[in-house]
Amino acid sequence: MTWESFLPVAIVLSSMIPGLIIFWIPEKQSQWRTGVNLLGAVVKLVFIAIVMAGVWRGDTEYEARLSLLPDLDLVLRADGLGLLFVVLSGTLWLVTTIYAIGYLEHSHSRSRFFAFFSLCVSATMGIALAGNLFTFLIFYELLTICTYPLVIHNGTDEAMGGGRTYLAYTLTGGVALLVGVVWLSVIAGPVEFTDGGALGHVEGHVTALTVIFALFMIGTGVKAAIFPMHGWLPRAMVAPAPVSALLHAVAVVKAGAFGVSRIVIDVYGVDLAQSLNLLLPLLIAACTTVIVGSVLAVFQDDLKRRLAYSTVSQVSYVVMGVAIFGPIGAAGGLLHLVHQGVMKITLFFGAGAFAETLGVKKVSQMNGIGSRMPWTMAAFTVGALGMIGVPPVAGFISKWYLGTGAIAADVDWVVLVLLGSSLLNAIYFLPILYRAWFLPQIDEWPHEEPGPANWMLVAPPVVTAVAALLLGVFASADFSLLSWVELIIEREYMP
Amino acid sequence: MILESEIWLALVVLLPLAGAILTFMAPRYAPQIGTVSGVIVFGAVVALTLAVVESDATRLTVGGWGAPLGIDLVADGLSTLMLLMTAVVGLAITAYAVGYFGESSAHKRAYFWPLWLFLWASMNALFLSGDVFNLYVTLELLSLAAVALTALVGQPAAVQAAMRYMLVGLAGSLMYLMGVAFLYAEIGVLDIMALASVSEATPPVFVSAALITAGLMMKTALFPLHFWLPPAHANAAAPVSALLSALVVKGSFYILLRLWLTVFAPLGDTFAPYVLSALGIGAIIWGSIQALRQPSIKLLVAYSTVAQLGYLFLLIPLLMDDGADRQAVLSGIVYFMIAHAMAKSAAFLSAGNILHALGNDRITSIIGMSRKMPLTITAFALAGISLVALPPSAGFIAKWLLLNEAIDGGQWLLVVVIIAGGLLAAGYVMRVVGPAFRQVADDQLAVANPVVPASMAWSALGLAILAIVLGFTGVYLLDVLDIGVVILTGGEA
Repeated sequence: MTWESFLPVAIVLSSMIPGLIIFWIPEKQSQWRTGVNLLGAVVKLVFIAIVMAGVWRGDTEYEARLSLLPDLDLVLRADGLGLLFVVLSGTLWLVTTIYAIGYLEHSHSRSRFFAFFSLCVSATMGIALAGNLFTFLIFYELLTICTYPLVIHNGTDEAMGGGRTYLAYTLTGGVALLVGVVWLSVIAGPVEFTDGGALGHVEGHVTALTVIFALFMIGTGVKAAIFPMHGWLPRAMVAPAPVSALLHAVAVVKAGAFGVSRIVIDVYGVDLAQSLNLLLPLLIAACTTVIVGSVLAVFQDDLKRRLAYSTVSQVSYVVMGVAIFGPIGAAGGLLHLVHQGVMKITLFFGAGAFAETLGVKKVSQMNGIGSRMPWTMAAFTVGALGMIGVPPVAGFISKWYLGTGAIAADVDWVVLVLLGSSLLNAIYFLPILYRAWFLPQIDEWPHEEPGPANWMLVAPPVVTAVAALLLGVFASADFSLLSWVELIIEREYMP
Repeated sequence: MILESEIWLALVVLLPLAGAILTFMAPRYAPQIGTVSGVIVFGAVVALTLAVVESDATRLTVGGWGAPLGIDLVADGLSTLMLLMTAVVGLAITAYAVGYFGESSAHKRAYFWPLWLFLWASMNALFLSGDVFNLYVTLELLSLAAVALTALVGQPAAVQAAMRYMLVGLAGSLMYLMGVAFLYAEIGVLDIMALASVSEATPPVFVSAALITAGLMMKTALFPLHFWLPPAHANAAAPVSALLSALVVKGSFYILLRLWLTVFAPLGDTFAPYVLSALGIGAIIWGSIQALRQPSIKLLVAYSTVAQLGYLFLLIPLLMDDGADRQAVLSGIVYFMIAHAMAKSAAFLSAGNILHALGNDRITSIIGMSRKMPLTITAFALAGISLVALPPSAGFIAKWLLLNEAIDGGQWLLVVVIIAGGLLAAGYVMRVVGPAFRQVADDQLAVANPVVPASMAWSALGLAILAIVLGFTGVYLLDVLDIGVVILTGGEA
């Protein structure tokens, strides 16, 4: 195994090995657990940086291959699109780990929690780096399995119920994906992800390809919470805040959206998908989800549930971008993959901090919270404004690209969806900001912890909020996210 | 090789037999002798595997007589994989039994070790038999040992279940023997390959196939002849349950598979394969639904076996279809047998741990136990992943192979059944794993400090980890399966 082929494996293993070690660390040895965890997170970032440099130069092939069956390989390969997701999850993992250490200070079964958390991150890395559908499927299912113990971490009836719903949805989606993958490999042989599409050699099979596409969209759509397959996400909010933040705002739902992108761009290829008339239904599903999610969010009083419906809506922007036939829209979608992650994790960090420090879980309890927890609320505000699409926060950039992409692709009505959704975002976020900053506190806080909030709960949202701002302000700088996305689009759409 | 490769064929049968005799003569040292025998037999099987890989199938004539009169031991890729599967599970069960039958159960221990090693010997002999009469003898020995082991715990329920098991086993063996008689009367030889070379789709061969298949179906507990299995497997001692469910039923299925690939190949285009497939569907649906309803873990796992055995029969029509990739179908079926052996033995051993530690195996007792017995719950969960066929696991690879062939053959009903079976399996596995994760105060636990001996916890976990690891070794195992396995085509063969 050469150094280059080892790196993608190392990116996956740098969280898997710590995870497997953490299982064995006794509950009370929290320094050891923290040490192993942070070491893994930092080492992972180093590996990611090395690989990114190589992919940017475009002169190195990072690929590892293991044969599982004749004609069936487990392939890990680093490319632009995959790295986008890797960087997002890898960086946010480090931030979330710090947050989680603070958040779970008094919780039970912390070793189990952090171990499965690391395994989830490994599964996400595997999804991002998967070089073919088979590998994608394996890590996709692994993610399902490893997330379950986190959803039910609290072990209450409500948590168990949320976990059951979660498994029912995701396992059903998983088998749809499985059938699709097997069927496609019967028709087309082993399907490697290829820039511009991997099915060029397939003649005919129009019906089969259409059905398989539908199966794929069900399989990935469940995790991406596309309407009407979104029901698990709000219920999964019973999980501890770090899980909601990293997994249910970033890793799991993005694994679905990322899967949609992979399948449209690197399996079917946009041209084939367009000629089979697959993109328009996908676009309609995405737009429906954007609107429905936002509308439902307006009616939630529970803060985390409101954020969850907001996630349902926002993740579909990514799908929307890919479904718009054209490079600009796709760029918008991929940008939003990162932007939404950074902004939404900020909001969830904030929600978790409010609940942990003051016991505030409902929007109606948030009056005056801005003066009690100014840093956290400031970060929350940046995230919320970004979601609405206020410049210069990152969310504005992605919505801009989506809008111009839609006009370029002659689907002007999508702009209306974007505007409507932004309006709805404002309707469900601005009242929170108003309450927090301008209304006086009504009552005592429900469960106020004495003293200032734990810095481990305050620093992470501030960091991610600043990141969301910087991503917006420096969008057109060299080596920015935007230039990386342009690199991807250049390689994928004009191979 | 130090020894000639054929020697290993005899040794893998003789060594466990020797162990059985020794443990019988020196019951006081049975665990020690048994452990040493287990390791030696395992080593011999590994040596045989290497010999088979090196020499491309191996044949040994015992007593110098040879076919058509004498006893032939034959090892091809299929037999070798079955021997390996038995050896791996056998070794783990041996380790488990050392902890399970401690000083307190000395008299059960005195019976367990000879019976278990005897069963292992007959199992190995079965997989190596080259003629249909020897298959009968080994099958009968296997059943007798299995029945005696089932009755070992001595409780009325177990004895009753063992009795029923014995009657079914005898009926099955008799039908098999009658089938063999028909074959012998029609063709006049017993050697499988000799039979296969002249076998045609004549009425006597058809009757023989019907009798033999029905007899073996009873022994394999194919729906709706599965009624004896759940009580027998659920009431036996934990290591016995594991070997009954993981190995013994595979013995009779192996014969079925072997004969349909060769002697009965000319009947491939009759309706018979479809009947087996339809019963397989019934087994998956019925077994899974029953598993979803059982109040105790061991019964749940036993019904899971009923369901999982259905998968072995599901693709028989494609296995007999000259238009399909029959080697690939066989690969899927064999991989499924191996995957199920690992996962199911792990599941039964962990169920045994739960029963041992909590005093009962009711699903309600397991609430909150993931903190108290993490190794056991992990073992059950990992085994469950393979049973549900989630990746990465041996069960997933097996199901991938089966799905691939089902889709390739356009058998959409089977695709639906395979998928539905997986989801149902997820349902019954979660019935155990879910409650274990529940968070309750210590005083609400069924037992505050459950104790599981390390050897028991680790042998269950070891098998479960193997069920996962075998998800990565498909290429090697299927290479072995390619060695010398004869698959005859129907009709003009």
